[in-house]
Amino acid sequence: MNPENVKIHVSHLKKNFKKLEVLKDVSVDIREGEVVVVIGPSGSGKSTFLRCLNRLEESSGGEILVDGIDITDKKTDINRVRERVGMVFQHFNLFKNMSVLRNLMLAPVDLKKESKEEARVHALAMLQRVGLSDKSNAYPQQLSGGQKQRVAIARALCMKPDIMLFDEPTSALDPEMVGEVLDVMKELAREGMTMIIVTHEMGFAREVADRVLFMDGGLILEEGTPEEIFRNPRNPRTQDFLNKVL
Amino acid sequence: MDKIISVYGRLLLTAMGQTLLLALYGLFFACIIGMIAGIMSVLKSKVSRAIAMVFVNLIRGVPMIVLAYLIYFGVPYLWNTILGFGGITLSALEAGSICLALNCGAYMAEIIRAGIQSVDVGQMEASRSLGLPYWRSMQRVVLPQAIRTMIPSIINQFIITLKDTSILSVIGFPELVNAAKNVVAATFMSFQTWAIVGSMYLIIILLLQWAAKVLERRLKYES
Repeated sequence: MNPENVKIHVSHLKKNFKKLEVLKDVSVDIREGEVVVVIGPSGSGKSTFLRCLNRLEESSGGEILVDGIDITDKKTDINRVRERVGMVFQHFNLFKNMSVLRNLMLAPVDLKKESKEEARVHALAMLQRVGLSDKSNAYPQQLSGGQKQRVAIARALCMKPDIMLFDEPTSALDPEMVGEVLDVMKELAREGMTMIIVTHEMGFAREVADRVLFMDGGLILEEGTPEEIFRNPRNPRTQDFLNKVL
Repeated sequence: MDKIISVYGRLLLTAMGQTLLLALYGLFFACIIGMIAGIMSVLKSKVSRAIAMVFVNLIRGVPMIVLAYLIYFGVPYLWNTILGFGGITLSALEAGSICLALNCGAYMAEIIRAGIQSVDVGQMEASRSLGLPYWRSMQRVVLPQAIRTMIPSIINQFIITLKDTSILSVIGFPELVNAAKNVVAATFMSFQTWAIVGSMYLIIILLLQWAAKVLERRLKYES
């Protein structure tokens, strides 16, 4: 692996909630443009791992370098790092007090990355990209789940991130809306975005992942190409998990 | 009743003005105290949460009439005589405003704390994940949503505080109840006087409720 294009370097990451060890010892490197899908049973630490990558959870040990910047260091200005690391949540978390357009414009304008006019133009372009140009003046509660999640992706993209984190983006959706969200994500993957995706959509993982990580009990038990993991899992826990979900 | 209105009407109206003035001062500072203590009670820092909790429990545990005596008579006595610094006096308006501000502020703090906590943590997380700092996220995302849920409780607290100004008649502030007592003493028409005074409170409070309704409707998100 060429160390120069490592986007995220995680070594010996640990995370405890009080006495509960959620992440025991996680090490992984993620390269630029790579699409990494994290699978595993619930409670395996997948989401916690993802949330450590933009410090929504403080790690309890180990090191995380994002573009070479150590985000476990208290002195690191995490807000600057977060500007370049977009996140999409299971429950969308659109700002309920703002229209769709204002949801998209808030961060770029507030952080003085763009003027209001630039941000508006950019936001409208992003909405078009996710197929929701007609919803710019709607409020989040007027949208369907799939639409909300597409707005959430557009909102994250408005900050022009070079890494995107997806925390079970389709788990709260009605089945018929899963496709529209996955399509947007596939598009992003094709364009070369570095993506880390926690999901239960195995078909999607198979199709877009460059690499699949299987987590259980706070550890990465197995990793490999989708082909290797889905066709020929070596770890018995991976085999067991895949037997249950496929 | 005609006689009371024609002879003492002006006096009662002035007293009502004093009641409103006292309530206004009290509520103004109560909002500031409540905002500070309310936000302190949702911060990560254990110290700030402890300070807020002690304040709220202390004030809630003491009847306002005791608090009024304590501030009006007790504090100057403590300062001037016991500590020997000398020289401070509190007017009834000052003591009354402080008393209302502390009392109402403690309840407001609880309303504000509950309001902030009622906003889904995902809202803060989403804002932070975009790179917005904590206070900016509070200001732009969490507080606007929290305030909307708080409005009915805040108005309710305003009404209680407005009525609580009557307690401050005990420290001699010339508000409505105090004035009414004087009118009754002069005329012996206690039923008529108290009925008029009751109606005056009622009118103010109905107006306040009406304003609250308008405000609430204005603050609704389009949907």
